Amino acid sequence: MALSSPGRIAQTSAQRTAVMAGLKGRNDVAGTLFKALLLLAIILTFGILVVLGVQVIGDGSSVLTTRLGDFLSAGLGSTPEVSGIAQGLRGTFYLTLITAVVAFPLGIASAVYLEEYAPRSRMTAFINLNIRNLAGVPSVVYGILGLTIFVNGWGIRTLTGGRTPIAAGLTLAALVLPIVIITSAEALRGVPGSLKEAGYGVGATKSEVIKDHVLPYAAPGILTGTLLSIARAAGEAAPLILIGATTGFLSDIPGWADVTQARDSFTAMPIIIATWARQPQEGFKVDNAAAAIVVLVVFVLLVNAAAIVMRNRFERKRAGL
Amino acid sequence: MPSQKHGPYGPDADTPIPWHNDAALMSSVDVSDLRGSPARHRTEARVALALRLAAFVSIAISALIVYSLMVEALSFMLDVDWSRVWGDKAIGWFPRRNVFGIVTLISATLIVTTIAMAVALPLGTAAAIYLSEYASPRVRAFLKPALEVLAGVPSVVLGFFALRFIAPQIVGRLFVDAAPANLAAAGIGVGILTIPLVASISEDGLAAVPRSLREASAGLGARKMTTTTRIVIPAALSGLVAAFIVAVSRAIGETMVVFIAGGAADSALQNFNPIEPGLTMTAAMASVASGTDNVAGEGPTFQSLFFVGLLLFVITLLLNLVANRIVIRFRQEY
Repeated sequence: MALSSPGRIAQTSAQRTAVMAGLKGRNDVAGTLFKALLLLAIILTFGILVVLGVQVIGDGSSVLTTRLGDFLSAGLGSTPEVSGIAQGLRGTFYLTLITAVVAFPLGIASAVYLEEYAPRSRMTAFINLNIRNLAGVPSVVYGILGLTIFVNGWGIRTLTGGRTPIAAGLTLAALVLPIVIITSAEALRGVPGSLKEAGYGVGATKSEVIKDHVLPYAAPGILTGTLLSIARAAGEAAPLILIGATTGFLSDIPGWADVTQARDSFTAMPIIIATWARQPQEGFKVDNAAAAIVVLVVFVLLVNAAAIVMRNRFERKRAGL
Repeated sequence: MPSQKHGPYGPDADTPIPWHNDAALMSSVDVSDLRGSPARHRTEARVALALRLAAFVSIAISALIVYSLMVEALSFMLDVDWSRVWGDKAIGWFPRRNVFGIVTLISATLIVTTIAMAVALPLGTAAAIYLSEYASPRVRAFLKPALEVLAGVPSVVLGFFALRFIAPQIVGRLFVDAAPANLAAAGIGVGILTIPLVASISEDGLAAVPRSLREASAGLGARKMTTTTRIVIPAALSGLVAAFIVAVSRAIGETMVVFIAGGAADSALQNFNPIEPGLTMTAAMASVASGTDNVAGEGPTFQSLFFVGLLLFVITLLLNLVANRIVIRFRQEY
């Protein structure tokens, strides 16, 4: 349309309205539709989460409200009404403890090496690639590793005692190690170089700078990785099936502090859930399974939430410096 | 209190280098005094070595995985009657009867993965685009952690949900003659599990596109949708492709959802029908391991576990390597 002078965008009020509407994004049917579709995807995703939560809580409510105490203290039984998750709680506790104790130092040490000491060589690149690949290996394959090396391995069998929480803990430590390394390395990368240089400047050695300055600074980020890996280890079932966590009955319910159970047959929360979900009786596959899921998910969610809070604290600290 | 008669450099303060007059001192200072205590050096060397060994543990783990798979898988491959694995006589997966029709497992895996991707890719990518391009910082600060919470849900929970809700209410309503537990329900469950992964990697890819591209597009008068679809998404394409490949790899490796909701116990007929029960590679491994004949090294029935495991490992490794290459390439472009 012809304008009275060059540079004039809108002349008549009709033109002005059209231009302003264009600027404000009105009359953009396709654009609004597009945005609505995207929003729909988000709503659908979280809607699924909500439906899942409602289903699980609804199914588990009968057990959780009427016999919570029994459920938490009883062992595996032949009928749903007498079965509980006590042994699963202990098994999961011990194996995640061992996982954390093994994976945490190894992972941080590896990350420190990769970020602070490793030269830019092909070997370092290979180590990095290897860790990224390990992060993508399916959990069943780690179960095979655990079965072959930690359960049946010549010599190692005497340490772990066969199909035990120790073997499971070592296997899951191998599984979560890449996660710990990757998140710790990221946390270490965020440490400002000026901090390290100040340390060297006053005469500290490399290990002293790392011990006294780098690690404390990166601690929240490193803790994030550890918490995430604990939550992951607590929820994994496939490796435990391969290692031979008991799905039937276990003889007794040891006390919490009884460490000999770390070298005994065991079961774990995800295994109990998977076993119950596949039983024919409604009491097992609906009521008990859902109640066990609620207990497990509460734990996993709490640990994940703690990890996210930690990570946010680290991000804020990093931005503030 | 030191004497105040002279300054810190002593009575010869006008001498520029105070110790040059002191013959004893001059001859007793040399480089070795600047070297630092040998004890600290030893500590440094030990720490460096220990950290180096820690990093090499990850290589040891890889080697052990390959070893664990190969020993028994090779034994299986050498002993087994291959007509039972591949070919006309190898219909179905019945390890106890020495029928190891690998096509059965592979087809089930493909069905589950395809259905999972049909769920996860649209939802995950759309969520990523919304988060990256349209959401306000406040909404982002709420949605991103919420997605990570979804990522933390254990797979057994999705397996329960698939069996309890998805199979009867979704698959069952759409296909009236569907089996009570089937591959389609498991596939949808795996898809839900994979949405956060797709969203997170896609979002990284979208965030890597420089703002200048978006601003240039807006400066030329393009509306938001045009900028997003014509500029940002093509620029982030390698990131999105990487997300797709990683998601496929994850879906192939997922065990528990199929183990619980796939419908097959420890054997499966060959079928290409999603509304029937089936057994993927991973669920077959879990079945063999939890069966009663799980004594180590006892013949091909148990060793089939390792054979399938090797296959699975190789497939996911190749996918992950390809995805890694793509990620490296797209990081370099900017």
